[in-house]
Amino acid sequence: MSIWEYANPKKFMDTTAPAVPWLFWGSVALLVVGLVWGFFLTPNAENFQSTVKIIYLHVPAALMAINAWFMMLVTSIIWLVRRHHVSALAAKAAAPIGLVMTVIALVTGAIWGQPMWGTWWAWDPRLTSFLILFLFYLGYLALWEAISDPDTAADLTSVLCIVGSVFAVLSRYAVNFWNQGLHQGASLSLDKEENVSDVYYIPLLVCMAAFVLLFVALVLMRTGTEIRLRRIRALEARAERGAAGA
Amino acid sequence: MPELGKYAVAVLSAYAISLALLAVIIGMSVARYRRVKAALERVERGRNG
Repeated sequence: MSIWEYANPKKFMDTTAPAVPWLFWGSVALLVVGLVWGFFLTPNAENFQSTVKIIYLHVPAALMAINAWFMMLVTSIIWLVRRHHVSALAAKAAAPIGLVMTVIALVTGAIWGQPMWGTWWAWDPRLTSFLILFLFYLGYLALWEAISDPDTAADLTSVLCIVGSVFAVLSRYAVNFWNQGLHQGASLSLDKEENVSDVYYIPLLVCMAAFVLLFVALVLMRTGTEIRLRRIRALEARAERGAAGA
Repeated sequence: MPELGKYAVAVLSAYAISLALLAVIIGMSVARYRRVKAALERVERGRNG
């Protein structure tokens, strides 16, 4: 058995369709638990006061904004190398979700920044790279809509995705590259460094898990939709050829 | 309701906007899924019938 079997649209849909409701309702349950826990059951922080509660939406959204682009990068490279349509359609399906996550991260960041920094916006390395990532998402979606041939659109958007990955990396590591700006360092890290108190850490992890599951559920659902749309176009084109030949 | 103090508007508006945006992307994805699924069934019925 090989992972490439799932590049077959029917196999992909048969395998993923039953999982989507479980993933979706699992994400909803986790989000309710995480947000209720974080909003109602955690104390205000000394430094951030009640605005610390924004972390349960801001950090998971920022995480998914960046990782959605990385997922699109992987599937775009698979398209360019192996020409599997499902991978190109999965990248296309993920882009609107990544865009929404980026908007949530930018908006909640601005709302959080105003009382803490005294400004809605600053040309800080992380904020600026996130804004550029947002523009890349818009450009990526516009490019898919602008080109009528789906294979050409997949080729060009894949190249755009590779270029945009620079800014996805910058969004994640900008605070490490440039030791300046208003934005703090990473809230979570894989090393032993403790950046968030345990009181906030566990509900934050629950919310992050919820956002990951929601992203996966929506990508699978939207990829299924794109596969069906492709099938409709193929059947209509076949019918037109048949009518022209008759 | 937790004590949000002078930042209540900021916190509540961050939650309202975020949850509204999540609802929009979920709603749009589900609506499009249903619409396209029904359209494919129509096309396949027409092809077979």
